[in-house]
Amino acid sequence: MIRQDEMFSPGLQNRQRRNRIFKWIFLSANLLGLVVLAALLVKVMRDSWGWLDLQFISSFPSRFPEKAGILPALYGTVYLMIITAVFAIPLGIGAAVFLEEYAKKSKFLSIIQVNIYNLAGIPSIVYGILGLTVFVRWMMLGRSLLAGGLTMGLLILPVIIVTAQEAIRAVPQSWRHASYALGASKWQTIRYVVLPSALPGILTGIILALSRAIGETAPLIPIGALTFIRVIPGSLFDSFTVLPIQIYNWTSRPQDDFRAIAAAGIVVLLVVLLGMNSIAILLRNKYQGRIKEV
Amino acid sequence: MVDSAGKGFRREKGVEILLALAASVSVLVTIGIVVSLFSETAGFFKEVSVKEFFTGTKWTPLFSPAHYGIAPLVAGTMLVTVIAMIVAAPLGLASAIYLSEYAPDGVRRLIKPVLEILAGIPTIVYGYFALTFVTPIIRAVFPQTNVFNALSAGIVMGIMLIPMISSLSEDAMTAVPNSLREAAYALGATKLEVSYKVVIPAAVSGIVASFILAFSRAIGETMIVTLAAGSTPKLTFNPLDSIQTMTAFIVQVMLGDAPFGSIEYKSVYAVASVLFVVTLSLNLIGTWIVRRYKEVY
Repeated sequence: MIRQDEMFSPGLQNRQRRNRIFKWIFLSANLLGLVVLAALLVKVMRDSWGWLDLQFISSFPSRFPEKAGILPALYGTVYLMIITAVFAIPLGIGAAVFLEEYAKKSKFLSIIQVNIYNLAGIPSIVYGILGLTVFVRWMMLGRSLLAGGLTMGLLILPVIIVTAQEAIRAVPQSWRHASYALGASKWQTIRYVVLPSALPGILTGIILALSRAIGETAPLIPIGALTFIRVIPGSLFDSFTVLPIQIYNWTSRPQDDFRAIAAAGIVVLLVVLLGMNSIAILLRNKYQGRIKEV
Repeated sequence: MVDSAGKGFRREKGVEILLALAASVSVLVTIGIVVSLFSETAGFFKEVSVKEFFTGTKWTPLFSPAHYGIAPLVAGTMLVTVIAMIVAAPLGLASAIYLSEYAPDGVRRLIKPVLEILAGIPTIVYGYFALTFVTPIIRAVFPQTNVFNALSAGIVMGIMLIPMISSLSEDAMTAVPNSLREAAYALGATKLEVSYKVVIPAAVSGIVASFILAFSRAIGETMIVTLAAGSTPKLTFNPLDSIQTMTAFIVQVMLGDAPFGSIEYKSVYAVASVLFVVTLSLNLIGTWIVRRYKEVY
């Protein structure tokens, strides 16, 4: 006897079976990501086992892997990020405020906007060449922390602008009107109403942008970040190295022991990134929907 | 009274000008990139003919006799990129379909952060993973594989691109109005049929755009290929061979000590200009498609 649903829609069972099978195929595409992430973490942990200790954190690079450490790379990363942040944050927020609050809708504005989106898509190695040409050579900053920080700043500028724009756009128009109605000027409105309520979103964007910068290797290679640094950089014009460059150098050597300390360096890098991302997520969760509540 | 109003007005104007300057920096960056790339590239083409650069089949700027045909670097880049897209396009799309059409909220909340973490892992870490984990596996299966090979770099780059394709395609799919889905369900379609007969066709421009943007990202990716794909510019389609991409060549010269103004140094700018023009064109096409598509609904 034919089942009734078979009579009205032939092949229904087959179609439903296919649906179930593909559901699992689609799901497994996502599970693959999880598997790779797990494999990557396990691999890095196993390779670095026994190498990641206080001595590794507090030593200078060395020809002998058992004596080598990442102290100058850690300092370099922190200093570089400070320079990058000091340079890119005010510029990025300023540009976002101008584009959202001041600029009139025009052809020119849309060109700037498209330009910013495209800047975000330019390969990071090209930013490195820009930095080499403009900062290292034309402005004669040399292969210095300052040149590296400025280059990194330009790299993350579009990310900061775009996320800050989104945060500013999310501030309700009525708040601005209320501020104007109280007699506030445009700048006062921005300074005391718009920016404070957009701050969590802006901060999240900044943290995500900086965590991208921390992991970037390619743009610093043309700048000439060194891999063998015996001193901690003391001024803006000193040469420097950072964690990813140090990891790259150790990975590119064929000896297993250097691969092991590269893995140890990766663990440190990932821990730093994880910390920054957790702060970003906490910020997002804490302030999400705050605008609606008020 | 009038005085202070004047002062306030001046301050308002001053702030506006400062902010406008900040916004114009983004334009300056673009101009800076174009000027710095093309000034040295022009110098390069004084010594090497345009014809040799674009039609030559040998790239040996660091040896004599030096040849400056970019084809091997382009071939290397394409080989890795195509492998990456073979991995990333189907998996990214499948991931997006699941997230947009199938996933219950709880599963979604689990998967999304994993994809975000994958997207946030530095490329240097992916490079390490390719060289020390994926390459040994490939060599165990195909013993003739070179230590540095396009396959390993391509696979890992593909994995790196999955979150990007997934999230952009998912955005395109969730933008498809529910009424279209409901109409299909009302006709008795299964979820799978709704997905590939209704949602994907409706979101196809967004999906294509996500592929183009991922492709562009893959062309510009540097550290994975530098570590895992090798540094031998070669016109080959054998994925088990060592090759060199455009980006890896730039790194190789920059790590050496080619003096400013030398032809090796200028060749980096020529290669970087090609890289810049190609990725910029792809990005423009990608964002143009996204914009056009947004107007549909």
